[in-house]
Amino acid sequence: MLHTLGLLLGCQLAGEFVARGLGLPIPGPVLGLAILLAALALRRPLASALRPTTEVILAHLSLMFVPAGVGVIGNLDVLSSDWAKLLVVLTLSTVLSMLVTVATFIAMKRLMYRLKK
Amino acid sequence: MNGFVSLWSYLSATPLLWLTATIGAYLVTENLAARLGNPPWANPVLLSVILLSPVLVFTNTDYGTYFEGAQFIHFLLGPATVALALPLWDNRATIKKSVIPILCALVAGSTVAAGSAIVLAQFFDLSMSVLLSLAPKSTTAPVALGISEAVGGIPTLTAVLVILTGIIGAIIVTPLMNILSITDWQARGFAVGVAAHGIGTARAFKVNPIAGAYAGIAMALNALLTSLIVPILLRWLT
Repeated sequence: MLHTLGLLLGCQLAGEFVARGLGLPIPGPVLGLAILLAALALRRPLASALRPTTEVILAHLSLMFVPAGVGVIGNLDVLSSDWAKLLVVLTLSTVLSMLVTVATFIAMKRLMYRLKK
Repeated sequence: MNGFVSLWSYLSATPLLWLTATIGAYLVTENLAARLGNPPWANPVLLSVILLSPVLVFTNTDYGTYFEGAQFIHFLLGPATVALALPLWDNRATIKKSVIPILCALVAGSTVAAGSAIVLAQFFDLSMSVLLSLAPKSTTAPVALGISEAVGGIPTLTAVLVILTGIIGAIIVTPLMNILSITDWQARGFAVGVAAHGIGTARAFKVNPIAGAYAGIAMALNALLTSLIVPILLRWLT
């Protein structure tokens, strides 16, 4: 567990280092994800060593969003005046984005399937 | 009574109390959601926030004090993002087969997620600072905060809007896809990952492992893309 945590943090740190050092607009943890993928490709047995801990972390991904969510108490002024509009905007935008994504994904998948035949 | 007051004023100022409260609230709501069979509306993030916020308001605890304890959990978002490499790796064979659908759906979905928020915010006459805070709402929290700050939004407001978006996406995705009778788990997962980042991904993992892996890919790729396209879309659409 400690090894896995150390490796995850190490990848994040390396990602942060590269992103900041080169002035890239990519977030450090996302670059860290890419670095870990490269490490997995180079050392395949790594995957089974990491799996127990990463499974626990990913199963409780929701927990990690709670602190930011509680930030609602610091923004009650904006939220109390605009909450209805914000809720409509967020809902419409989220539904639209999911519909466009799912439609594009399925359409391209079918197109690729047909092209292969 | 005096003893209790001094004990409270000591405890409420230590990180220990709010760290424990956050984990406790999550464990209670997660357990409740599991007992109810994880219905879409029983979202653990939403329920935890509903449980914790009134406690903070009633005890006159400001967000800064709360966050001193909760930051240890917030910090784990970073390593958790890195950990998404594992489901990606495990599913590399199927992902290789769908590179083109993934890239096309990502560009389309990510553009609509940010673009529609910008257009709708103007339609509903929301202020400029709210609009700027709203634009990166579909990407994962740590990334969205950075974008919000860079374009002149209010980062703490962005955090709340990001969480709300995630909760809305996680609640809507299952009924929406069922109504449209979409049975492709890759497409379903990918859509919720693009539109509703980590909270959507957490939901997808609960419903189906393939959907979870694809949501994770979508979330990671969308974090990359959103930081590039939000400044461009803001220039075009405002």
